[in-house]
Order: sequence, then structure tokens, then C-alpha cells
Amino acid sequence: MVNKAPLLEIKNLRVHYKVYGGVLKVLDGVNLTVYPGEKVGLVGETGCGKTTTMKTALAILPVPPGVVVGGEILYKGRNLLAMSPRQLSNVRGREMTMIFQDPMAALNPVFNVEQQFTPVLKHAAKNHLSNKEIHAQAVLALQDVALADPERLLQAYPIQLSGGMRQRVCIGMALATRPQLLIADEPGTALDVTIQAQVLRLLNNLVDRLNTSIILITHSLGVVYETVDRLYVMYAGNIVEVAPTRKLFSNPLHPYSQGLMDAVPKLSGGGISQGISGRIPDYSHPPAGCRFHTRCSHVMEICRHQKPPEFEVEEGHKVACYLYGPKNQEAAV
Amino acid sequence: MSVIFLAKRLVHSVFVLLGLSIVIFLIARIVPGDPVRLAVGARAPQWVVDNMREHMHLNEPLHIQYGYWLRDALQGDFGISLVTRRGVAKDIREFLPATFELALYSLFISVTGALSFGIISARYKDRWADNVIRIFSYLGVVTPSFVFAIIFLLIFAFVLDWLPAIGRLSNGLTLPPRVTGMVTIDALLIGDFNVFWDAFKHIIMPALSLAMGSMAQEARITRASMADNLTKDYIASARALGVSESLVMRRFLLKPSLIPTVSILGLDFAAGMGNAFLVELIFNWPGLSRYGMNAMLSKDLNAISAVILTFGVVFVVVNICVDIVVGQLDPRIRLSTAKGD
Ligand SMILES: Nc1ncnc2c1ncn2[C@@H]1O[C@H](COP(=O)(O)OP(=O)(O)O)[C@@H](O)[C@H]1O
Ligand code: SF4
Ligand SMILES: [Mg+2]
Repeated sequence: MVNKAPLLEIKNLRVHYKVYGGVLKVLDGVNLTVYPGEKVGLVGETGCGKTTTMKTALAILPVPPGVVVGGEILYKGRNLLAMSPRQLSNVRGREMTMIFQDPMAALNPVFNVEQQFTPVLKHAAKNHLSNKEIHAQAVLALQDVALADPERLLQAYPIQLSGGMRQRVCIGMALATRPQLLIADEPGTALDVTIQAQVLRLLNNLVDRLNTSIILITHSLGVVYETVDRLYVMYAGNIVEVAPTRKLFSNPLHPYSQGLMDAVPKLSGGGISQGISGRIPDYSHPPAGCRFHTRCSHVMEICRHQKPPEFEVEEGHKVACYLYGPKNQEAAV
Repeated sequence: MSVIFLAKRLVHSVFVLLGLSIVIFLIARIVPGDPVRLAVGARAPQWVVDNMREHMHLNEPLHIQYGYWLRDALQGDFGISLVTRRGVAKDIREFLPATFELALYSLFISVTGALSFGIISARYKDRWADNVIRIFSYLGVVTPSFVFAIIFLLIFAFVLDWLPAIGRLSNGLTLPPRVTGMVTIDALLIGDFNVFWDAFKHIIMPALSLAMGSMAQEARITRASMADNLTKDYIASARALGVSESLVMRRFLLKPSLIPTVSILGLDFAAGMGNAFLVELIFNWPGLSRYGMNAMLSKDLNAISAVILTFGVVFVVVNICVDIVVGQLDPRIRLSTAKGD
């Protein structure tokens, strides 16, 4: 894995939102890498910037209000943020695509399923297919996501579909493009727990079958544990820790990760942060230094002034916390 | 479009019109002053007045009077104009097409203008083009249409002398044979481009004056809904799935964004009909609004009732059309009303 060139590299990404009355300094230098064939997880409580990171990675951040202040998105070594629309369109929907958090919001309410499928499939096939072939592919794609009666479904509007069906349609559309990298933003979170589990299992099987790399954002640490190879933990616009999944579960280092893991037994679907008191900071005036210092029980003087760098504690296990800095190494272990 | 949806709207409209007719009828009967006396003149002998009152059922109780009135109205008989002494229905048939023609041109101008400006504004949001359009559309919303009428008259008729100031057709030209009653269309039907062009030049200013307000209002709404929808996840999703930027804009953004614009067309149309009274007066446009205005000034109750009811019918029809178009654009509305509520 280490000697392969990365598929996607997010480097020091900083994104703000300009809103009425101020600037939300949301992403504060995010680093995230995906290697070919890899499954990567991203966890962190709601509002920590996961969706923002992923939208920016596909250059679909709504601008305004979003502003990319700094950083790079390298897809196969080329900076996506500097690409022309033509170059971008070769990546989006052919090499990389995304499933959105809320399947109701992600489907256009005034077009039926087929009308939404068609341009996607045409683009993915580089316009080489006839309308008949496109239609056949759409039917196949719906069968792939275990939807019955695809012909009828293609004529349906989103409002006629249940949440689970919409989610499946979204997954079907995304995977029909046969991407190398799929970003799945909390698939099924908007659905009830049983359907969510079904959808996640389905997604996982499909991704395995098609050998697609995936970035899986989810609140369910159980799912993460079972599916992803490496896990990123995000807090308030920073990646605070990354490690191979098992390692992160058995030996979480960052105080925030420790809080998340502590919360696991208590987890019943939703809330992720029972293990940590306090809330995500106000992004218009984020805390100086380590953004977690307002909630951290190990806080030191330096944490309040200077942002902690990433310390590579072991190969592939990095943590952004002064407890693991050279001076503190012995003290912490 | 489902049949149930349409049927429901039609039934609904019938009740609206019935309600309107009762209100009109009551107002016409309540206003002080004896309409018969007004019509026959102060010096007519009393027995003439009495006979006429009898003939018009004015001595019956109100609800009986209403019954007679409604029966006649349903047959298109609104009685005799107490002033012109002609059948009111005939007057309406004569004057309505001119107003209808004006409304059509005005609708065309306001919709095409509003969409173009709204789309440009959204496309270049917060850049100079958007700012210019926003300033003008703000002015357009707050300026009454008769002010536009006067400004256009001054500029295009008196200063530049590009367009004729008043009327529907220049002196010396004859009206084309009446088919639709709309001069530009009737002229085209017989292939008389001379008359068409002259009539066209006459209609531009009144139509534009009428269009300004709704054009400005709809441009603002189009801009706002496009800018709002642009941040929606379904747009981000379409882009993420590789749909080209031009298709995203032309299809996936435009269609949902048109819904609010079309929805308020019905309201704008009502406002436009109100404005037409002054605009027709200013341009001496021989339409129904001007006719209604004169009827009011001379307390011609039959004519007033008929004009208001005609506008009521037009308003109801326009709103049904708007609902149909909105239903076409928005399956959420189409499907939810089809299920039956
Ligand atoms: N369109 C937007 N406009 C303004 N602020 C936004 C917008 N989207 C996200 N944000 C801000 O960015 C923060 C992170 O949001 P998001 O990336 O959706 O987090 P997550 O996906 O981790 O829940 C939120 O707290 C919110 O304040
Ligand atoms: S850097 Fe300091 S405040 Fe931040 S997590 Fe580590 S110990 Fe806590
Ligand atoms: Mg999110």
C-alpha cells in the first residue's frame, strides 16, 4: 500500500463559509489520503466538516457561501481545484463520485428517476451509448441496488419513493458510473436503523464486487470497524488522528478519539459524542491553538496558543496532539 | 395532468365566481341613488320609472332579484347599459379583445424579460450585471405602471417621436375584418402587414407600461430561486455525477427554479388588470378597463357588474392555467393533488 501512488490526496485544505454577519472558518488544514483499492473511514461528530471536506474534494462546494482558502486536492497527482471544467468532467462521474447524506435533497424533485439517470450514464459512457442501451443500463443499475420493478421506478418522481428507495437510487446512480473512488457521506443516516443497516450492507457488497475505493463517512463505529481499512478522526475542521482501523479502536491516542471509543458501548445508532462533554466550537471564533482544548481534560499551556502538528507515533498512525510530541512521548505512554 | 385535479379546480372556480357575483350584485343594489332614475333622466314621468322598475324586477326581494339577475347573466345577458342603451354583453364583446390583446403582449414582455434578467442576474450573482438588474427591478417593483406610461409617452412619443402616443390604430387606416378582435392578429390573418405594424407600434407602450411591474417582480423571484437552488444538494449531486455544467444549469437548475416565478404569475395578472384601468385611460386604449372606468363614473350598474364579472372569469381562467403549468413543472403538486386531499 505504501509504495503505491495515492489515488486521492487532500492536502492542508482550508475552507471557509462567508455568511451574513461573519466568516465561518470551518476547515483548518485537512489532510487525507486514499490509496487505490482502499476503504477509508471518516468519523467525527455532526458539524465537524466532513461533508464540506468531501464536497470540496469533488469541487462541488457551493461557492458562495463556501470559499477555498488554501490547500490542494490531488487526484492521481493532478490538482482538482485548478482543473478546467473539461478536465473536471473527466474526473467527476467517471473516476470519482459521491453519495449524499440526505437522499431526499440529493434527488431533483422535478425530474423522474430516468431523467436523472440518463445524463449521468451518457456522461459515464462518454456518449458512446444509444438511448436504448442507456435505458438498459439504468434498469441494470436499479437491479444492482435490489430495487424491484425498475421499469416502473424509472418513471417515478422522488416524492413517490420511500427514503430507503431514494437512497438506493442514489447509490445505484453513483455506482453505475463505475467510479474508482466513491465518497459515501453518511449513507442511510436519514433512514431508520434497520433500513440503514440494509443499505450499508448493500453498498459494502457492491463496492467489494466492483473493487471500488471508498471514503465512508458514518456515525456507526460498528460499521466502520467491520468495513474500512483505515480510519480518520475529524474534529472541528482538523484530522486529529488516523490509523489502521483495528489499531485506532484498540489504541486510540487523541483525547477526542478516546472519547469517541468510550462512547461505543453506549451508542444506540445516533449520538456519537456521549463520551465527551461540550460541543463543536463556534466557527466564527474558533479556539486558538488546538481547537479541542476547550473540551480536553489533558489541556496544557501550549495547547491554547499553538496548533499541534501531526506526530507519527507508529507507521501509519498519526495524531495531532501535544501529548504525543517528542517531549511528552514518555509522559503519555 | 390529471383529470381529477382539473375538475377540482373547475368546481372550486365556480364557487369563487358565484361568490363574486353575489358580492357584485349586492354592491350594485346597495349603492345610493336610483339607477332607473339616473338612466331615464330627472324629467321622465313617474309611470315610466315605475314600469321600468317593474320590468327590471327591482320591486322584488333581493334574493329573487339575484335569481333573475343570475339567470340572465348565465345566458350572457347583463341587461342594457343604462348609459349607452346597448346590450352590455355586446359592449363587452366589443371592448374585451382590445384588453385581452394588451394583456397578451404584456404577459409576453414580462415573462421573457423576467426570465432573461432573472437568469442573467443569478448567473452573474453579485457582479455588475446582477447589480444593475437588481437596481432596475427594485425600481420596477415600486413604480406604479401609470408612471411608466407617462414616462414612456414623454420619451418615445413626444421627445423621440418613435411611437404613436394614443389609440389603437392611426387615422386613415381601417380596422381589419374582425375575427379575434385583436387588431395585430386580425391584420396578420388577412396578411395586411401595414396595419399590423401600425397596430403593433400602438400596443408597445401600453403593453410595456403594464409589463414593467410584474417583469421586475418576477425577475427578482427568478433570481432568488435560482440562487437558492444553486446551493441545493441535487445540484451538487448532478455535478458530482458528471452532468455537464450547461445541462445542470439549463435543466436541473432552471426547471425547479421556474416554479415560484410561474406561481406568482396569477397574482401579477390580477395586479395588471387593476393597473390596466389607468394605462388604458392614459393611452386612450379602447379596452374593457376604460369601458368599466366610464361605467363607474356614470353609475352604470349593469355595465359595472358585467365588467367585474368578466374580469373575475378571466382571473379564474388565468389561475387555472397557472395551476396547470405549475402542475406540469412540479410533480409534487401534480401527484399530491391527484391522490385527492
Ligand atoms: N452551505 C453552508 N453555509 C454556511 N455554513 C455551512 C454550510 N455548510 C456547512 N456549513 C458550516 O460548516 C460546518 C461543517 O458542516 P459539514 O461540513 O456539513 O459538517 P459534517 O458533514 O461533519 O456534519 C457546519 O457547522 C456549518 O456551520
Ligand atoms: S493538543 Fe492539548 S488540547 Fe489538544 S487534544 Fe492534545 S492535549 Fe488536548
Ligand atoms: Mg455531513
